[in-house]
Amino acid sequence: MLHTLSIGELADRLADREISSVELARHFLARIERLNPSLNAVITVTADEALSSAAAADARLGAGERGRLLGIPLIHKDIFCTDGVRTSCGSRMLDNFVAPYDATVVTRLKAAGAVMLGKSNMDEFAMGSSNETSYYGPVRNPWDTTKVPGGSSGGSAAASAARLAAYSTGTDTGGSIRQPAALTGLTGVKPTYGRVSRYGMIAFASSLDQAGVLSRSAADAAEVLKVMAGFDPKDSTSVDAPVPDYPALLDAPLKGLKIGLLREFFDGLESRNATLIQDALKLFTSLGAETVEVSLPHLPLSVPTYYVVAPAECSSNLSRFDGVRYGYRCAAPSDLTDLYERSRGEGFGAEVKRRIMTGTYVLSAGYFDAYYLKAQKVRRLITDDFRAAFEKVDLVAGPTTPTPAFAVGAKIDDPVTMYLNDIYTIGANLAGLPGLSTPCGYVDGLPMGLQLVGPHFSEAKLLSAAHHYQRATEWHLHTPDGYQ
Amino acid sequence: MSLTRQDVEKIAHLARLSITDRESPSYVTSLSSIVEFVDQLSSVDTGNVSPMAHPLDGQRQRLRPDAVAETDHHEKYQANAPRVQAGLYIVPRVIE
Repeated sequence: MLHTLSIGELADRLADREISSVELARHFLARIERLNPSLNAVITVTADEALSSAAAADARLGAGERGRLLGIPLIHKDIFCTDGVRTSCGSRMLDNFVAPYDATVVTRLKAAGAVMLGKSNMDEFAMGSSNETSYYGPVRNPWDTTKVPGGSSGGSAAASAARLAAYSTGTDTGGSIRQPAALTGLTGVKPTYGRVSRYGMIAFASSLDQAGVLSRSAADAAEVLKVMAGFDPKDSTSVDAPVPDYPALLDAPLKGLKIGLLREFFDGLESRNATLIQDALKLFTSLGAETVEVSLPHLPLSVPTYYVVAPAECSSNLSRFDGVRYGYRCAAPSDLTDLYERSRGEGFGAEVKRRIMTGTYVLSAGYFDAYYLKAQKVRRLITDDFRAAFEKVDLVAGPTTPTPAFAVGAKIDDPVTMYLNDIYTIGANLAGLPGLSTPCGYVDGLPMGLQLVGPHFSEAKLLSAAHHYQRATEWHLHTPDGYQ
Repeated sequence: MSLTRQDVEKIAHLARLSITDRESPSYVTSLSSIVEFVDQLSSVDTGNVSPMAHPLDGQRQRLRPDAVAETDHHEKYQANAPRVQAGLYIVPRVIE
């Protein structure tokens, strides 16, 4: 089946001219047409653009050019600006917004010959852990369509898991790549802060946001990350450091790798989840790794810290949406204040408004020191804990999520309950560390993920560890029933 | 710490967000619950710790030469504007 082939297998068949990029695009576009209605994973399908990109890729292949991503279809999370194509960020506020430029991530993948099939659904402005806050309706998990796929990159997760594209891009501010990857049986990678350009990526929390990939394997993720990563002068937080050849480093020997078992990850972990993680760690030790117990005593504070810092930053970033230059404008505004208040009040959904207001509150006079400054200090404590742990181990491991996918509607009424879904992922965002989730088994028939977090710029080590694990297991090769 | 309806209305105004009377009670409840949740930070000892504004140490604001690097694309960018006239964004009258 074309849609179950890996990026490497597709690249080989395209290189041998066994299949053409146009055939591949048609194949996936047909799958989107047939299967997307059950998932609501894709907001905008770019069929014409896909076919013309595919034809251009075929011309490049015909001329003898080769590239691992050349001619291979992907779906972009609808948070990346795509020139001439609607970029909605899952919001009514940008429902009518046609991006006038490409994000750097989009430009780089396009230059590598990637074929964009469309833009995926997401929690509104990347705020959510279930893809239920989208203006375009909830996304369904292909493993059980009564369940959520996770969020905020839920559409990208559902699309990659249901094989509607060879891979998808996502963003991760508090876990929004890793958590949906875990809930849908995918490999999700959030790089080090500054590794991938944020230019053209609609900002939620500027000190936390990172772009990454959701794919079917660490090997696939390595190919995509190699193209996405790298210095960009247009992003003032982009790091000028060389990008390792991630695919070439996948087979680096695992022997002697020291994996930290985070005590705080295992406290209170439900037993079936704990068993899956323990089995995964036993497999790592049988492959030559060593496990060491480590503790990050401030880690349990990561969720409240995040829910001060992220809303504060989002309240600032979303102040640009004012009904004046782009986006939703309310009807018949009586004055400028009314224009701002009703354009924003009507254009934004409830969760976004909650977070903007939380941010406004913690930054307001009289509260700034007690909340925002305090949270920034706790952030440093958490970061220092990780740094101390990485003096003893190469990476830390634990569950990606506390539970498998939950039912649509089950948690949406209480924000704090929803926020606790990110309990294992948020620490890496606060400390700017790279993190990855790889499938490691099932609970109640639903996928669960093993999370690996490493020091800054250790993506190669994370990908290699996951690759070794995937060579010894098959979870990542499974396709949900009905999408095979 | 519970927020009052007045607190929420004041915050909404600072954030330039209109909240209807019907929506207001649910925001009072949810914002109070969020603030109560983050209040646990107040008991953390952060004595000598300096605040961390972003995750990578040693990042500095890069500068570039003060030379023109862009060309005028205003028509393309203003294609998304709700109301434009003569290259200007039109809003309700501000100055009487």
